[in-house]
Amino acid sequence: MTSVQDATVGDVVAEATYELTRDSLVRYAGASGDFNPIHYRDDVAASVGLPGVLAHGMLTMGLAVQPVVDWAGDPGRVADYQVRFTRPVVVDPATGATVSVVGKVGAVTDDSVRVDLTVTYEGQTVLGKAQVLVRR
Amino acid sequence: MNPELQGRTFPPVAPYLVGREKVREFARAVFATSPLSLDPEAARAAGYADVVAPPTFAVVVQEHTLAQLLAEPGAGIDFSRVVHGDQRFSFTRPIVAGDELTATLTVTSVKSLGGNSMVTAQSEIVDAAGEHVVTAISTLVVRGDA
Repeated sequence: MTSVQDATVGDVVAEATYELTRDSLVRYAGASGDFNPIHYRDDVAASVGLPGVLAHGMLTMGLAVQPVVDWAGDPGRVADYQVRFTRPVVVDPATGATVSVVGKVGAVTDDSVRVDLTVTYEGQTVLGKAQVLVRR
Repeated sequence: MNPELQGRTFPPVAPYLVGREKVREFARAVFATSPLSLDPEAARAAGYADVVAPPTFAVVVQEHTLAQLLAEPGAGIDFSRVVHGDQRFSFTRPIVAGDELTATLTVTSVKSLGGNSMVTAQSEIVDAAGEHVVTAISTLVVRGDA
């Protein structure tokens, strides 16, 4: 894979697949302090009209940047990271949910590389305008 | 939702002391594999004082400012109708275990759009020396009654 120094527009620099389970959601709830019950209780999710228990949007955002961090070699090289939450990730109690991440170089300047993320679940994107600026 | 919130800056929240085990717990929860977030020796070898938080760890600090906004009686925000629209973090430097961080929220925009309201909240997070670490920006969508 191309290095941060040698990156050019169009390079795929990050690729990963994550298997989310209900355990992942409970772990993230504890780690982040976000205990909204729609992320672990089916009855509460159903009562507010959701199709099931959802992954925290911030969990999806948090894992989606990880292959870029690994490519950059240092989480401290992430200068800016933004996403739009466009579709929820429903996590089945038995089978979980598979989230795929592909990061492609969208722009290169003297001091940074912009990596554009495509994050999908069941073939549909769940994050919009997901962009990571990596310091060179 | 109260449009007069736009431009309002809330008082800084109590300082948040970043713990090494909290960073490692958060790193595992977001599937981080970087040794710099998990192993203090690796972090020190890379020039950091301790483990380096994953980028989205900033939300843990920001969260206390958002709670302040949602609890504001005059804001007119019904928590059960709030959906997270956008999120952004802009870093001067990464968060490192041992940092004592203070966050201050400003409401930068309040808009109405097709029966929903959108509020953009910007939290400036600084270290114990008052130096900027990261700005966290959230847009929350408050669904209308319909």
